[in-house]
Amino acid sequence: MKNNESIFKVSRRDFIKKSGLLGAAGLFLGVELEAKDKKEFITGSPSAVFKPNVYINIAGSGLVTLIAHRSEMGTGIRTSLPLVMADELEADWKQVKLEQAVADAKYGDQNTDGSYSMRMFYPQLRKAAATARHMLEQAAANEWKVPIEECTAKNHKVVHKSGKSLGYGFLAEKANKIELPKYADIKLKDSKDFKYIGKKTSIYDQKDIVTGKAKFGLDTLLPNIKVALVKRNPEPGPGVISVNDVAARAVEGVLKVFTLKNNPFPMGHQKPLGGVVVVANNTWAAMQGRKALEVVFENGANANYDSDAFQAKMLADVKTAGASKRNEGDVAKALAAATKTIKTDYVVPHLAHTSMETPCAVAYVKPDGSCEVWAPVQDPQTTRKVTAEALGVGIEKVTINVTLLGGGFGRKSKPDFVIEAALISKEMGSPIKLLWTREDDIQHDFYHANSAQHIEVAINAENKVTGWLHRTAFQPIGGTATPLAKSAGPGETSMGLIDNPLDIPNVSVEVVDSPTQTRVGWIRSVANIHHAFAVGSMIDQIAHERGVDPAQNLIDLLGSDRTIEFGKLSKEFWNYNEKEEDFPWQTGRLRKTIETVRQKSGWGKTLPKGSGMGIAANRSFLTYVACVVEVQVSADGKIKIPMVHYAVDCGLAVNPDRVKAQFEGGAAFAASLALKSEITMKNGKVQQSNFNNYQVARITDAPYATKVHLIDSAEKPTGVGEPPVPPFIAALCNAIYAATGKRITKLPIDLG
Amino acid sequence: MEKYTLKINGKASVVSAASDTPLLWVLRDNLEMCGTKFGCGMAQCGACTVHVNGQATRSCVTPVSSLAGKNITTIEGVGANGLHPVQKAWIAEDVAQCGFCQGGQIMSAIALLKKTPNPTDDQIDQAMAGNICRCGTYVRIRKAIKTAAKS
Repeated sequence: MKNNESIFKVSRRDFIKKSGLLGAAGLFLGVELEAKDKKEFITGSPSAVFKPNVYINIAGSGLVTLIAHRSEMGTGIRTSLPLVMADELEADWKQVKLEQAVADAKYGDQNTDGSYSMRMFYPQLRKAAATARHMLEQAAANEWKVPIEECTAKNHKVVHKSGKSLGYGFLAEKANKIELPKYADIKLKDSKDFKYIGKKTSIYDQKDIVTGKAKFGLDTLLPNIKVALVKRNPEPGPGVISVNDVAARAVEGVLKVFTLKNNPFPMGHQKPLGGVVVVANNTWAAMQGRKALEVVFENGANANYDSDAFQAKMLADVKTAGASKRNEGDVAKALAAATKTIKTDYVVPHLAHTSMETPCAVAYVKPDGSCEVWAPVQDPQTTRKVTAEALGVGIEKVTINVTLLGGGFGRKSKPDFVIEAALISKEMGSPIKLLWTREDDIQHDFYHANSAQHIEVAINAENKVTGWLHRTAFQPIGGTATPLAKSAGPGETSMGLIDNPLDIPNVSVEVVDSPTQTRVGWIRSVANIHHAFAVGSMIDQIAHERGVDPAQNLIDLLGSDRTIEFGKLSKEFWNYNEKEEDFPWQTGRLRKTIETVRQKSGWGKTLPKGSGMGIAANRSFLTYVACVVEVQVSADGKIKIPMVHYAVDCGLAVNPDRVKAQFEGGAAFAASLALKSEITMKNGKVQQSNFNNYQVARITDAPYATKVHLIDSAEKPTGVGEPPVPPFIAALCNAIYAATGKRITKLPIDLG
Repeated sequence: MEKYTLKINGKASVVSAASDTPLLWVLRDNLEMCGTKFGCGMAQCGACTVHVNGQATRSCVTPVSSLAGKNITTIEGVGANGLHPVQKAWIAEDVAQCGFCQGGQIMSAIALLKKTPNPTDDQIDQAMAGNICRCGTYVRIRKAIKTAAKS
């Protein structure tokens, strides 16, 4: 191995602080080879390999293999991050093959969550690829015995200023002999030379998807594989009192019935629920066997949890002061001195993820105790760690192969289902295919918190907003892991609550503690869902109270262009794991999205009776978004969404078509939450079971058209997976108000 | 267990299964054809859509015993001899996000276009309302159906 100090330094300086080591960044030295087809100067020896770091591999054939180390759940990240490397490497995308990384710390952070894949890895992978490009250029310079300055990498070749060229395949083995460049010598491409970044590229797996060849969580075929289903306690946590499995074992094809240990509440976001396992030769037998089980389950700490009653309690609780999270001026005084006040309560129920692919995994614990998993997981490294712990082996014994994810939305960040599959395989001594039915998925999810909020606003004699009091009550995610987590954490209170950018002199933001009584997790945009609904709705109420156009009102309230240092306003402020100086909160960027969406949507145009437009804007995951929704409401209260406009400032849009797709899809996802979806619990048990009673948007409910207007920007890329959701819901509700005069304060919307 | 001869994608296959086994699990477990997906198990989401004698059919609720002598087509069969115009349209419009439901969406769309070569928006709504896409690719699904209709 050659000295890898300099490349290591390149990668390490940024990797180390966030995500551990890049590691294994050294060169792989192949055998000394002589290129057979030197005349062509395109390819080299078939066995030559240039592997300057863990993400890039160039073969003598010229094939460039790039590692996709983040999970693909529909965002296109499996395509877009390698595309960044291909661009910086000057590789020809048509000669690039992608390989999905297994779980391994050497790749850095693999936790595909929080809309940060591009933000975190755009700079890193550019540097990694630029290093490789530099080495290829140096290799060509050495071949020609010319200075490197005369050599330029261009579309899978290095071209000399005289016009002659050498292909990457030919250069692969030569590049192995090149000393790693110094950090200062690595030059990133000028953005004007980008060939892929900022332009549309289709997803890598597209053809496999439309032909049914793409491999998802249950599509790995292994010999002698068995199918497992688990009957779980309807209340998460407590165990099993008794099992009558006579009828289950009588089902033809059922092989074994046994109990999997429960993990009492609060069990955290990784441990499985436990229950009674049915293993069979095929899926249908496992289903019939499970149906035939008679199980008496224990009651646990949350056996009396009634989500409607608890929502009513939270609604009462937010009428009185909570713990202060941000306080400026004197809100009580402003409210007392106001000429007009507005007071409104908002409620949002529990919500489930319902990715189209339910949680599932293939696992094989081999006779030597090692375990191989094929599963759709958002967080491969945590999955590896907790699976190893559950099996009582070191992580080096566990291999996690990441398949495509049939949707994730935060559910597949939690690897409980992989642990189940591994434990069952260990018990059976054979490979296991673990299926969660839709009922399992809907009844044993990590739900979006149940919530209630209260907002009071003061408007003075000059028609200016002088006071904003916002109280929120919702069950913290942390409460699923520890009974000590009674209050929402910074990661939840900084989602649409503390980070309210309105220029109002007297502000009080308060949180009312609410105990977590079921498994609460994170769903696409998390606490922004309920907070942005309430804040965006109240802003519209203010517009009507002030008698000002809602779009203009939004701009008025936002105030002059400025950078808000929320860290100075609240010690709890959390900037999505980034420093405020690196990603400042700039109101001018939000204003620009509002102005853009106002102009593009034809805001203010005359609409027929029963139609209306609503607007809302919000920053989440460091991305600024404004949204206009147009609705048609029929006389019997049916809602249609003919048009949605988004204006988006996500910094540089690396793969703009995929950014647009996230917003189109995000609008439909948000339409589900606003119009259709609700989980309720009685006696600690979920009352919904499948898509007949936990409804999501279909083609008939989702927006008919969604136009996405990207703000041209060279700023650092920020999130796009989650930011579409928060402003949409408020914009929709405001549009319904414009169409009908009915103010929506409770989700899901019911105009009946 | 009983033996059934199924005609799938033009090929006869003999399978052993309980008579009430849904076609979905025969495809996935017995025949190892994994293009057809499980989404709900009760004909609510359309992820498992196949064609039975050309009709869009939810394989998760179609017992194997009901299929004697019928022509079954799955997503694997659609593109076997070069991409179908609907698959081409799906690629042209970059419909897929996660891709899990798209096989079922394509099967429903092909069945629609066979019966109604130039569907109106209402006809698209009617034919596609049984197929859920949680990624929310509906705008592009509609567009791709219209693109395929023109080809």
